[in-house]
Amino acid sequence: MVNVVCSKFNSDRGRLIDILLDIQSTARHISEEAIEEVASALGIHRVEVEGVVTFYSFFSQTPKGRVAIRLCDDIIDRHAGAEAVGQVFSEALGIGYGQTSTDGRFSLDKTACIGMSDQAPAALINNEVAPSLTPDTARRIALRLVQGMPPESLFEDFGDGNNSHPLIRSAVNNNIRLIGDILLAGDIESGKGLERAFALTPERVVEEISGSGLRGRGGAGFPTGKKLALARAFPAQRRFVICNADEGEPGTFKDRVLLTERAELLFDGMTIAAYAIGASEGILYLRAEYSYLRGYLEEILARRRASGLLGGEIHGSKGFGFDIRIQMGAGAYICGEESALISSCEGLRGEPKNRPPFPVEKGYLGYPTVVNNVETLCNISRIMERGGAWFASYGTGQSAGTKLLSVSGDCGKPGVYEAPFGLRVRELLEMVEADNPAIVQVGGPSGAMIGKVDFDRRICFEDLPTGGAVMVFGARRNALKIVDAFLEFFIDESCGYCTPCRVGNVFLQERIQKIMNGFGETGDMDYLESLSRTITATSRCGLGATSSRPVTSSIQQFPLVYASLTKEPKDGLHAGFDIQRGLEISRKIARRQSMIYDRRYGEEDGQA
Amino acid sequence: MARHEAFDGGEETRQRITFTIDGEKITAFAGQSILEAADAAGIYIPRLCDVEGLDPQGSCRVCTVKVNSRPVASCVHPVSADDVVENDTEEIRRWRRDLIKMLLHEGNHLCPICEASGRCELQAMAARFETLEPDLYPYLQPVRPVDASHPDIMLDTNRCIRCGRCIRASRDVDRKYVFGYIGRGIHKRVGVNATDLAHTRIDLDDAAASLETCPVGCIIRKRVGFFAPIGRRQFDLQAPGDEIEKRKGEGK
Repeated sequence: MVNVVCSKFNSDRGRLIDILLDIQSTARHISEEAIEEVASALGIHRVEVEGVVTFYSFFSQTPKGRVAIRLCDDIIDRHAGAEAVGQVFSEALGIGYGQTSTDGRFSLDKTACIGMSDQAPAALINNEVAPSLTPDTARRIALRLVQGMPPESLFEDFGDGNNSHPLIRSAVNNNIRLIGDILLAGDIESGKGLERAFALTPERVVEEISGSGLRGRGGAGFPTGKKLALARAFPAQRRFVICNADEGEPGTFKDRVLLTERAELLFDGMTIAAYAIGASEGILYLRAEYSYLRGYLEEILARRRASGLLGGEIHGSKGFGFDIRIQMGAGAYICGEESALISSCEGLRGEPKNRPPFPVEKGYLGYPTVVNNVETLCNISRIMERGGAWFASYGTGQSAGTKLLSVSGDCGKPGVYEAPFGLRVRELLEMVEADNPAIVQVGGPSGAMIGKVDFDRRICFEDLPTGGAVMVFGARRNALKIVDAFLEFFIDESCGYCTPCRVGNVFLQERIQKIMNGFGETGDMDYLESLSRTITATSRCGLGATSSRPVTSSIQQFPLVYASLTKEPKDGLHAGFDIQRGLEISRKIARRQSMIYDRRYGEEDGQA
Repeated sequence: MARHEAFDGGEETRQRITFTIDGEKITAFAGQSILEAADAAGIYIPRLCDVEGLDPQGSCRVCTVKVNSRPVASCVHPVSADDVVENDTEEIRRWRRDLIKMLLHEGNHLCPICEASGRCELQAMAARFETLEPDLYPYLQPVRPVDASHPDIMLDTNRCIRCGRCIRASRDVDRKYVFGYIGRGIHKRVGVNATDLAHTRIDLDDAAASLETCPVGCIIRKRVGFFAPIGRRQFDLQAPGDEIEKRKGEGK
């Protein structure tokens, strides 16, 4: 079986992720033998294969069920009742988290945000999405699965828009709540931007995009035109355009909607970017959680090839050729970081690369590569269609255009909002019918945690930049629990390459939990801030540079929460040291009580 | 020397530039790493994952410096003309101390019973940054595999600091690929290219198994433990960096 899979991908080492995904989905795990066989078929070392298998969370070395249930475990899902839903699955299938039933039929796991926070709690059942779960619906689903219904037949009611397309057939809803003029407007005709781009020279296309003021929509906000110009200018034999459809930031799901409803616009945008820099090859890096969209996207690519919009010589381009392949991810948030994403496309562990050299000079396979977010690429199509000046007429001075916001949490209308940059948080909260909001997480865990005093701030690069995630938390939510959940996420998702991110985040979480458990000391905030500074300054990539932000922004925004949970240590002891907790372990080991701390020592000898 | 090939542009054609480290004017080749240029000038930048003879990887972050106010890992950052580098400042010492402490607390580093004591670079770095006392950081006390299958060499990964020096030595010098990273995040560790070390092609003569490669007591040679008495161990005689600092004023 392994050899068949390897030859399907021409035993190309660069396609290792695809090969392993195939093996995982057929054999439900990647065994020691499979690792050996893959290594010998690809002519690489076994430890290289093992390194990749153990890096991505969708690969498993022990068998998963033929039906693998992955319950989304982000904070929004937890607040929406994921635990109760998990309980139902666990009881109905007779397995706990991380377990596979003895007959091999089912497995149950928790997984990081699957991009469904607007319809939480949600789960992946193999590649199908089960959104808006309740204990009742979970029970029904579990019953059907036990009766032998295949996951793809579970849902009869499909979501809105293309979610009911024959190649998607998903229960997911788009939840588009605010339609802006640039990306979600109803009258968008794909192909127009592409047509206009081909009428210009590549240089002019770059100029038009630069002139629009478009900045990367993943969150960092690098000027898109400048990125294209740099990749174009670097001398090379080959160039690549990669679309980053790995939106893994908890609470982000707007690219899901664009992939579902604006796929043509996206592929137009990739083609325009390729034309602009002189690339002939493109990759759509699609996160594993969005596998349910793959068939649909593949079909659109095939249709574009058939109609001359992709392939050897693209219709209307005077000799320009370009094609796109879909690269699936395998469950790793870090792969949303552009150089880690490139590593993953090369079949490697999804670790960021050292910079310089930057991807625009030496990226995928060592060639100039432009990596852009789904939303950025869709914007490129619209800029070419309507002109940079039109685009720049939306938004603020430094933040041209609109931004898709993924709003989730304690609000009446979770979903996708397309609003011009510059929107105040307060205005957004009104629109989404927020329920007594106390905390807003702008930009997901790596963004900023803000409280009421900052609700007048604006969402834009000048003030509150965001990749799009806006999580709303009502007054009854515990800020520290949120911080703790975010740190847990970063610990799970750190690639482990560099010391500060690998170890420092574990230390941050230890201290937050200590405070949550009532053992906080007044010095803990200084400790947390100092540790955060070191992690931010010395980490190798954006994950480590931002992982401490939940800690620092919560200390800054909610000092009273911390003050109420920390106390001055007395008698020179660590307040965090709980003698009784320590003794409990000793009592168990020694099977007796303490002579000093247990008053009734001796009365019930051996009855600890 | 194969070192830092990525930055080499051919000895003769390389352009000379100047930059400063803590205000001191340094001459370097364009594209040379900051750490390499500093070494040549007799300025020691502390490091753990980087070692002479292997390509740099920039993972321990101990060599972090500020270049024009931005923190970078000096072992993988090419120098540019007129760069203003900060190295030995209070802020940077603080970062380095924190990183050393993270590594000490992440693994099981029990110096008194460790065979590498006295020749351990992590221990020497801890001494340099005065972090030998326990402090507020929690000890993670991992339980990781010990591989004693090989007749001559054993691995105690509880002491591994993930510097990857053995990986690079085996891959690039020995051309054997005995080691590789496996796992992710805090569970990332060094794995071997077989079911265990005994089934790999490692040999005592390998660069990967040499005393200079593993900076801590993870790769251990059997039957030769504690070969130097206290007082005559490698770093009792000369601390890491001493040799580099001696270059200063020697006209190098």
